[in-house]
Parts: sequence; C-alpha cells; structure tokens
Amino acid sequence: MNDLLQKLTEAVGVSGDEKQVRLLIRDLIDGHVDEWRVDALGNLIALKKGSGASGLRVLVDAHMDEVGMMITGADSDGTLRFEAVGGISPPALLGKVVQVGPKQLPGMIGARPIHLLDAGQRNRNVKIDDMRIDIGAKKKEEAERKVSAGDRATFLTRYEESGRVALGKAFDNRAGCAALIELLRGEPFPFDLYAVFSVQEEVGLRGAQAAAFGVRPDVALVLESTPAYDLPNERDVSPNVVMGRGASLYVMDAGTIQDPRLVSHLMRTADDNNIPYQIRQPGGGGTNTAVIQRAGGAVSAATIATPTRYAHAPTSMINLDDFGHVVQLAQAALRNLDAAVLQR
Amino acid sequence: MKELIEKLVSAYGPSGFEDAVREIIRPEVEAYADEIRVDALGNLIVRKQGDGSGRRVMVAAHMDEIGVMVTHVTREGFLRFTNIGGVFVHHLMGSRVQFADGTTGVVYGEKLEDRSKVHPLSKHYIDVGASSREDVPVAVGAAAAFVGPFEQQGELYIAKSLDDRIGCAIAIAALQRLEATPHDLYVVFSVQEEVGTRGAQAAANAIEPEIGLAIDVTGTGDTPGAAEMAVELGKGTAIKAKDRDMIAHAGLVQLMRQRAGEAGIPYQMEVLEPGSTDARSIQIAGAGSAAGAISVPCRYVHSQSEVVHAGDVENSVRLLVELLSRPIDL
Repeated sequence: MNDLLQKLTEAVGVSGDEKQVRLLIRDLIDGHVDEWRVDALGNLIALKKGSGASGLRVLVDAHMDEVGMMITGADSDGTLRFEAVGGISPPALLGKVVQVGPKQLPGMIGARPIHLLDAGQRNRNVKIDDMRIDIGAKKKEEAERKVSAGDRATFLTRYEESGRVALGKAFDNRAGCAALIELLRGEPFPFDLYAVFSVQEEVGLRGAQAAAFGVRPDVALVLESTPAYDLPNERDVSPNVVMGRGASLYVMDAGTIQDPRLVSHLMRTADDNNIPYQIRQPGGGGTNTAVIQRAGGAVSAATIATPTRYAHAPTSMINLDDFGHVVQLAQAALRNLDAAVLQR
Repeated sequence: MKELIEKLVSAYGPSGFEDAVREIIRPEVEAYADEIRVDALGNLIVRKQGDGSGRRVMVAAHMDEIGVMVTHVTREGFLRFTNIGGVFVHHLMGSRVQFADGTTGVVYGEKLEDRSKVHPLSKHYIDVGASSREDVPVAVGAAAAFVGPFEQQGELYIAKSLDDRIGCAIAIAALQRLEATPHDLYVVFSVQEEVGTRGAQAAANAIEPEIGLAIDVTGTGDTPGAAEMAVELGKGTAIKAKDRDMIAHAGLVQLMRQRAGEAGIPYQMEVLEPGSTDARSIQIAGAGSAAGAISVPCRYVHSQSEVVHAGDVENSVRLLVELLSRPIDL
C-alpha cells in the first residue's frame, strides 16, 4: 500500500485550515530539506539546497488544501447548516459521511430516503441551502457545544487500493503533495529547489500568489491533479485526460499558457526516458501556475498532473502507475533542467 | 513603414507563441536601445535611458494575436478546438487558420438546423484534409492563427492582427524617430494581451513605472448600424478617456490633448465600452501608475479583415514621439 498517499489523503485540510496537513508534510520532509518556514497565510516553504552546479532558482508547488464544507450555523433540531468551500457539485453531497470540526466528529449529509420521495422529488436537484449535516445532536444547544460556525468539514473517506487503482478523497491535490515529497526525498538537484506546499488554491489560487512573490523563482513547476472524463468512452470527444495513459502535461488552461520551452523540455524528457504522457485538453480550468507565472515579475512555468476520476467528490480515483509517471517525469525533467532549456 | 506593417501582420503569433513576431521586431529596435532583454514570458523590453530629469515610463504594444488551439483529434482526422483570446463565433464558418508549421486548416461547423442562428465554438471543427487521426500533422495543444493577408486600398490597410501589430509598428517607428527623451523609457513589446493582459502585468511588476501607456487599436462608430461610438477612421489618432477596464489618468489625458494641439496633430477622444488594453494592468501593477493609451481607430476588430487608416497610424506615431520627447508633469 502507498503509505504516503494513504496518510496524505486521510489527513484533513479544507481551504483556509490546512494546519493538520502542513504538520504531516513537515514531518514527512524532515531530514530531506535544509530549511523550512511557514508564511503568514500558512504556506509551507522548504528549501532543498542544490549541489551548486546551477544558479537557477526553481520553485515546485503543490497545494495542500482540499475542497470541503464550512458550518454556517445550527438549526433548532440540532442539524448543521453549511456552505461549500471550493467547487463541489451538490448532487455529490447527499447521503455522504463527513467529519466535522477540529475534533473530526462523524456526521452525515442527510438525504430523504427514497420511499419518502414522490416522483417529482426524485428528479429534483437539491440545493446546498436545503441540505443539513447531522452529527446526532438533539437540539441546537447540543450542536453548538460540539461544533461552531466557521468549523470546516470534509468527507470521511478511507484510502483503499485495488490492483493499480487507488480510491480516496482529495487526490486533488494530495497526489501533487505526495509527488513533491517524493522529489524532496531524492538526492539534491543541481540548483536550489524551493518546495511550496501552498494553501487556499481551491478558493482562488491565493496561497501560491503570496508564496511565489516571496520566493521569486526563475522557473516553476506545479504538480496537480486533473479530472479524467474518460467514461463512458463511446463518443468521439475529448476526455480531458484518460486514466492510465500517463502523466498529463498542460499546454493551456483558462488561467495560463504554459511556457512552450518547458512543455517541450517535459515532452523530450518523457520521450527520452520512455515515460508515458498525455496532453491535457486545452481550454478550461486553472491552477496555481497562473499566479506563479506573473503575480510578480515573469516566471517560466509549467504544470504536470495525475489524472483523477471523480475529483471534488467524496471519493476519487487515480491510477498508481500514472502517479508514478508524474514523479518520474518531474524528477527527470528537473535533473536535466539547465539554462539551455530556456534558450530562445 | 508599410513594408514593416505587412511583415508584422503576416507573422504567426497567437498568445503564448509570439517568438516569430519578436524576431521581426528585435532587429528593428536594437540600435535604438540602451538595454534590451527578453523576460521569462517572452516580453521584449527595450530601455532608453533619459537624462534623469524625466519619469519612468512604460509603453506597451502587444505582439500576440487571437487564435485557436486544438483540443481533440477525431478518429476521422478533424480537429476540435478552443479559443485563444476573444474569438467571435460569427467569424468562424469558412475561415482559414494556419498552424506554426504552415499547415492550413478550414474552419467549418456541424449541420445547422436553423441557418439564422450560429453554432457555439464546440460545434465547429478544423479540416486539415486528413483522412484519419493518424494522418493529422498537428497534435492536441497546437495553436493556429487566422489567415487574412495584408492589402492596401487607398489610405486603408486591411489585414488580420492589425490588433496589435499596428501598435508594434507605431512603437518601433517612435523609437526610431525619437531623438532625445528626458524619461527613463521602457518600450515593452508584450505577450499574451489577448488572454488577459498577462505579459504587461508581469513586465509592469518588474519595471514599476510611474507612467504607463498602451498603444493599441480601438473600435469605430462609423459603419452601418454600428454601436454608437465617437471614433471614426481617418479623423486622427485617438486619445483614450476610458475603456471597459480602465479610466485613463485625467491629467495624462489632458497633457496628451495639449501636446497634440500644440503640434497640430489631428486627434479624437475615445471611450471604448466593450474592450481594454495592456494599460489596465500597468495602471494597477505594484504601487500603481498614471496610465492612458494612444489608440488606432480600427474597424472589424478581431476579424480576419481589420481596417485602419494610414493617416491615423502616422498621427499616432507623431503623438507618441511628441509625448516622449517632452516632460510629463502631472
């Protein structure tokens, strides 16, 4: 079992409250980095000093936060009102088991049993405003003793593996965090590497903007997870990416046109090392690359992602070989990253 | 200047892939630069140091054009695509695009049940003449520019990507004609304007100018049934008061009008409701700057046949030179 993915995906860290994940990651990289600090937003910024062979300043980012919920208040019947933190599709919420607040109390997002629904109600899309989290409290006072408005909640999902496939919550972006940790566990790179485990990506790329401004890199690589819409596959349309087809490279999303020199370097490296890869469908979506590329001065930036089915849902799925190929490709591409790659 | 304009508009340069355009511009400006560099995003930054008595000024003209990018290659060898920048669906059916390797594609759409309507982007495709997926010379991620060859008719220039290769030509001409400037001048040939003024944002963050000026096209209100707008082709360079995302610095606008008046340069005042320029990013980068724009009136912006007036182009050069040659006290 992939211990790293299990620990990281089972940790709780909804945008704005990433502390548990950060402490876990800090322990996991202990001994593999030379310095680390936590900035005002909670970004964990670690420096792995290079061998001195290259003067490039390189930043590799992976966001620690996951989408989830925030409690907004308690009803008189003891159930909890909540809102989404980050993008979650409402139908994915009904009937799910959640863990609430700093004590991670188990609860459920109530759904009316099917035998109590009439035909019209069965087809209706329930809005989040009409959903409630039930932690078993009998009245408002009891609920408020256990949980406060502002407390966050996430899905209670256990990590599982089945063959080459892994199931768990928050592969977006604990898969990216795991990949970055694997990079840090290797030998030093030719250059100083700033590993940024960033906060609040899911609510607007906020942590990375501040972190990049602080680090001021020449080159940046963002490790992410991207949705695989590869099922069903009868129609001849783009799947965004396909699970099992390898590491996904970005050329363009809604927020960034990746540096073509880095994209070429990634493709050449993959070809030279027989690492399977695919081009993520250009057009939509966004990652921390957008803010890292230009929130300060100009930065050469690119993105690699692990294909993920059912992202932003209680349980998502990745192929462990895809994950391995992301690590392999990032590793190889960074090791032979030099000034010549950036030549025009 | 006409030859340079023709060379510039004919070059391939969708947002993110501006190298070919930069390679045309660089030799034209190198001799006039005290410093010249290309930043990590591909902005070409030309610095002309003044005598120390002026301001730090950033002028931006963008090298990129709108285009399309392949998102999926079908089994039969047709290409689905997404837009790079503001592509109007109405301009697509029957248009031609060209990829970096020279491959030409015809853009068309699925069957239209109702010919009075227009398909969304997703129901269009590019035909490169392939018979199957294996036959297609370009891959997912390949970017293409529209085809719209340069022509001159009377005083009018007609071509694709006058937005904003004409701005680049104007900035080049100004650099070449500028005898002396009191200002610490940065002329930035910027990237990725069409996808959100991204190059200018990064460049301005690094330069931290006090004054920012974009040289870009603006619309006109002088065609049948056009949205109401005061700007007309041939009536002079346009001084921007406001556009969708920026209110020009009032003092700078006042100064521009004054300089134009004193030098006898025909000008018109411009308010552009639907669009914006690099100046919007320069205005709020870092601690901010006094920003404005010199605009070239242009019909049919973002089509394959944009139209500008040679006289307006020349007057834009004159105003830019006039502004940069003399103090900017606001």
